[in-house]
Amino acid sequence: MRGLRYIFTFLFLALFSVPLGAEELDMNEYLFGHVGDSYEWHITTINGHPVSIPLPVIVHSKTTGWHVFSSKHLEEGEHEGFYISDSEKYSGKIVERGPSGEEVRPLDISITKNVAGLIFNSLLLVFLVLFTASWYKKHDAREEAPKGLAGIMEMMITMVEDDIIKECIGKEYKRYSPYLLTAFFFIFINNLMGIVPFFPGGANVTGNIAVTFVLAMCTFIAVNCFGNKHYYKEIFWPDVPMFLKVIPLMPLIEIIGLFTKPFSLMIRLFANILAGHVMLLGVVAVVFLTAKLGVGMNAGLSAISVLFGVFLDILELLVAFLQAYVFTMLSAVFIGLSRQGD
Amino acid sequence: MSLVTPDFGLLFWMTLIFAIVFFILAKWGFPAITGMVDKRADRIEESIEKARKAEKMLAEMTVEHNKMLDETRAEQARILKEAAQARDTMVGQAKQQAQEEAAKLLDHARTQIAAEKESALMDIRSQVAAMSVDVAEKILREKLSDSKTQLDLINRMLDEVTKTDNPS
Repeated sequence: MRGLRYIFTFLFLALFSVPLGAEELDMNEYLFGHVGDSYEWHITTINGHPVSIPLPVIVHSKTTGWHVFSSKHLEEGEHEGFYISDSEKYSGKIVERGPSGEEVRPLDISITKNVAGLIFNSLLLVFLVLFTASWYKKHDAREEAPKGLAGIMEMMITMVEDDIIKECIGKEYKRYSPYLLTAFFFIFINNLMGIVPFFPGGANVTGNIAVTFVLAMCTFIAVNCFGNKHYYKEIFWPDVPMFLKVIPLMPLIEIIGLFTKPFSLMIRLFANILAGHVMLLGVVAVVFLTAKLGVGMNAGLSAISVLFGVFLDILELLVAFLQAYVFTMLSAVFIGLSRQGD
Repeated sequence: MSLVTPDFGLLFWMTLIFAIVFFILAKWGFPAITGMVDKRADRIEESIEKARKAEKMLAEMTVEHNKMLDETRAEQARILKEAAQARDTMVGQAKQQAQEEAAKLLDHARTQIAAEKESALMDIRSQVAAMSVDVAEKILREKLSDSKTQLDLINRMLDEVTKTDNPS
């Protein structure tokens, strides 16, 4: 209840402060600015001055070699020949001028907002898990069960291992259990941190296709590099009528299936998290979009949008868990299929 | 900025970070935790098994205990019964023996008394005879010349007296 009161207080403050400096909200920039990546970590804007954390830019140009500099130089315009492009093709990315004046994209491994978020969340995850593991070193786990943080972690770890990993893989689960547990907690913690609206949360990490691509790739490797004979026989020489194998229809379908499985994992996680963020941002944007409709209209719609935002936030909490669960479970199912008949 | 094309920089960092996180957690994190949790589960299972065994043993022991108690009770009853029987027979025997002894003693005493009486009677008779003779002699000394015929007469007369006085 107290939390709710704070939310309402915040809502009223927002109601009476925002319309004063109301200006046209660029919906496109607002949405993509929040769900997309950027070279600096924008925290907030106070009195028109953006408050952001500069992040290192690391680029390699074919002509001038490696460059490492702070992203705050980019705000001022061109720096060491690099600038953020406005063009259709490389919008928002760092580019340099090529020999004939066109924009050339250098090799860009900058620590962007998403990378920084990823690092922070990973450190948090490593801390949480190693903290739990250290509890077991200090105590005799056969005599007592952990409480508090380690207790929650143990509960979740046992839940994932018993409900997902053991169920879906079978007796050889121990080999895959570290990967699947890592995947689950990695996704879960990144999902949760993505919902946190302020620094160091808010980076749309698992809603980025590069991140989900790597995760799906790991599952692809876990499935296909450790599959047994039976699994590969099912792909290349399945038990179907001969003519389906002579014209290699079934093998073709199976081979396509190899790729569609991790592809679906990648898209599912990416799309769910991205959609959640966009929905939340959209609902919050109602507050600002209705500012020019007058105080009454603005207040009414804002109240509705806040209520809806609370609902969506809770839904996103569920989705954060659910998507981690689903990704882990499907990975375990695919691994289980590759170990069938053992 | 496209959403569906993976950015190379992020791809690179994600691969690196995920690999490091996976390495750390797979080496020092999860196996330690799941191993200990498994151990605890084993321990709990073991304890339950032990408890079940103990319970079973206790039940068996109770049955045995009851059986032993019943047996003891039966034994006790049997011993008591036997003792009562022994006592009864012993008492009976002793009674019989005592009766027999008493009877024997009584018999003995009776025969002795009879013999004593007989001898006393004989003694008295001879004394009475002698006295009678003396008395008769004194009375009849003069009248009787032949004492032998006189003595026969007196004896005959005494026999008659004793027969009439004491027929037994």
